[in-house]
Amino acid sequence: MAMTSPPTIALPPPMHRPVCGWGLHDGLVVARRNLLATLRNPELLFFSLIQPVIFVLLFAYVFGGAIPVPGASPEAGASAYREYLMPGIFGQTVAFAAASSTVGIAEDMSKGIIDRFRSLPMKSSAVLFGRTLADAVRLILVLAVLAITGLVVGWRIHNGALLATFAFVLLLLFAYTVAWVGVWIGLYMPNTETAQTAGLLWLFPLTFMSNAFVPLEGMPTWLQTFASWNPLSALVLACRELFGNPTGQLPGQTYPWPLENPIAYTLISCAVILAIFIPLAARRYRNSTSH
Amino acid sequence: MTASANSANSAISAKGLVKHYGDVKALDGLDLEVPEGTVVGLLGPNGAGKTTAVRILTTLLRPDSGSATVAGFDVVRQADAVRRVIGLTGQYAAVDEYLTGHENLTMVGRLYHLPAGWVADRAQELLERFNLADAADRPVRTYSGGMRRRVDLAASLVAHPRILFLDEPTTGLDPRSRLDLWAVIGDLVREGTTVLLTTQYLEEADRLANDIVVIDHGRVIAHGTSDVLKDQVGGDRLEIVVRDRSRLNEAAAALSAVSDASPFVDADTGHVSAPVSGGSTVLVEAVRALDSAGVEIDDVVLRRPTLDDVFLALTGHVAEEEPAPAPASRGRGRGRKES
Ligand SMILES: Nc1ncnc2c1ncn2[C@@H]1O[C@H](COP(=O)(O)OP(=O)(O)O)[C@@H](O)[C@H]1O
Ligand SMILES: [Mg+2]
Repeated sequence: MAMTSPPTIALPPPMHRPVCGWGLHDGLVVARRNLLATLRNPELLFFSLIQPVIFVLLFAYVFGGAIPVPGASPEAGASAYREYLMPGIFGQTVAFAAASSTVGIAEDMSKGIIDRFRSLPMKSSAVLFGRTLADAVRLILVLAVLAITGLVVGWRIHNGALLATFAFVLLLLFAYTVAWVGVWIGLYMPNTETAQTAGLLWLFPLTFMSNAFVPLEGMPTWLQTFASWNPLSALVLACRELFGNPTGQLPGQTYPWPLENPIAYTLISCAVILAIFIPLAARRYRNSTSH
Repeated sequence: MTASANSANSAISAKGLVKHYGDVKALDGLDLEVPEGTVVGLLGPNGAGKTTAVRILTTLLRPDSGSATVAGFDVVRQADAVRRVIGLTGQYAAVDEYLTGHENLTMVGRLYHLPAGWVADRAQELLERFNLADAADRPVRTYSGGMRRRVDLAASLVAHPRILFLDEPTTGLDPRSRLDLWAVIGDLVREGTTVLLTTQYLEEADRLANDIVVIDHGRVIAHGTSDVLKDQVGGDRLEIVVRDRSRLNEAAAALSAVSDASPFVDADTGHVSAPVSGGSTVLVEAVRALDSAGVEIDDVVLRRPTLDDVFLALTGHVAEEEPAPAPASRGRGRGRKES
């Protein structure tokens, strides 16, 4: 072709395509940007850590004795509830993290930096991967603070470090999964203010129509059915089993499949949700930015 | 690479671009050719469609109809190839507020898939060149408007783009920063970069561009070198304010002796203006002519033709200023705070 290169071109040879592909490479670059932004905004980070701590204290001391845990001995009382509660708070916290993904992506989309990203030869979905990855990484810190608070109010890990680690891995996988739902919602938000409210709405039924805070036994039947198939219930139950905390399930009774196989159901739900929402969000991102 | 056969040495070539936003026709069949190694200025008032044109050419927006190639690549079908060779500095700074200047530039370099070490050096080099070395490790949030523009321009230069798009690069800058930026753009052009620049200021287009394309309501209304356009506009403007309104015609007659075309009289304000050439000597001649005609004046100025004069000459009406575009429903950086 007739084009002559400007004389000063001093580009180095391009990098080899990484084994994992450019998508992950670009996603990591964007994730790093999001994490740096988090660090430069310590006030926001501080309050996002404080909120779950307040939750632990409220539930542990306000509801502590009022909610009996099925299967736990009566004299265990409040301390049984705290042990029962902590996995629920972990589950609630990772679910609600989706709201910050909603706000985060809505904020990204309202900023000029998106034009920069879109004028670069990067994978377009990297903006979304970077957002969800960074949000999941930030949750490691939140979970650590939560776990320490839990230990202070009497929660314990009874089944050893290996199973506990697996529980935290499940929690992070779930966090990453709902982050994609949050991102997908965020891409429909006209502005950050709307995202702030709308991003939370679906999370209330998700967390309260589950076994996170109260055993299913007390719920009306239709709600029990919903709660049994709610992936969050399976996640919380899986954590209770892995940590060796009271499960709230009675021995000898049969439960719906998800509650009999909570780990498997959690993994399957995450896989299905990711398989649906990653393409949906990626398509929405492409369309919402080129019209 | 044969894709460029239809536009052998055009770096940018657009044909019949049309773009609607709801009922608004932002582009109405825009044609544009930018030869390799030249600077073309896209000149038009607010709302003329400059930003829309740039967004289509930089693959950020799909045209409703028409087609365009950049470096021979189709902007819709070969968007990725286009992105590899262009740099874009939009009307609003496209950098991350929380990252430092250096981090912004390295992030961009990494997203061009350039090696980390090379990118770090290149970022440092650009920050020095743009007088930002001292602020390199401060978050961009703390930068002034002029610094943001410079770091934004630096970000678009990381990968040595062959073709650079600058959308109103100096709007809102103080005169000093504007001169600095003009100097930088001048350097890039000397290095061989092709530049498409949009501006509302004839002076800026005149100063930087080889060719000027004037657009209004999404279509080209004139194009040529700045001399050609200036000839149509008629050089400088001499403007006087006559003290005694009843003597406007005598004033106009006196001025026509020194002007290139018949003077324009505004009876309401007492202004008489006329296109002139010959710089400040014409000012002296004009004052003398008025003096010997015995016309008293309150004010006299000699000024460069403005975009308004171009429009007046080309269309017979003054450029209609549209209000700044409303914030887009789907945010794309419009209506943000940015001077
Ligand atoms: N996102 C948008 N939504 C609706 N109208 C828009 C949008 N962007 C631009 N417009 C309209 O399109 C026209 C051209 O805008 P633009 O290309 O920004 O002009 P310029 O850059 O020359 O000021 C204007 O009338 C503007 O109001
Ligand atoms: Mg514009």
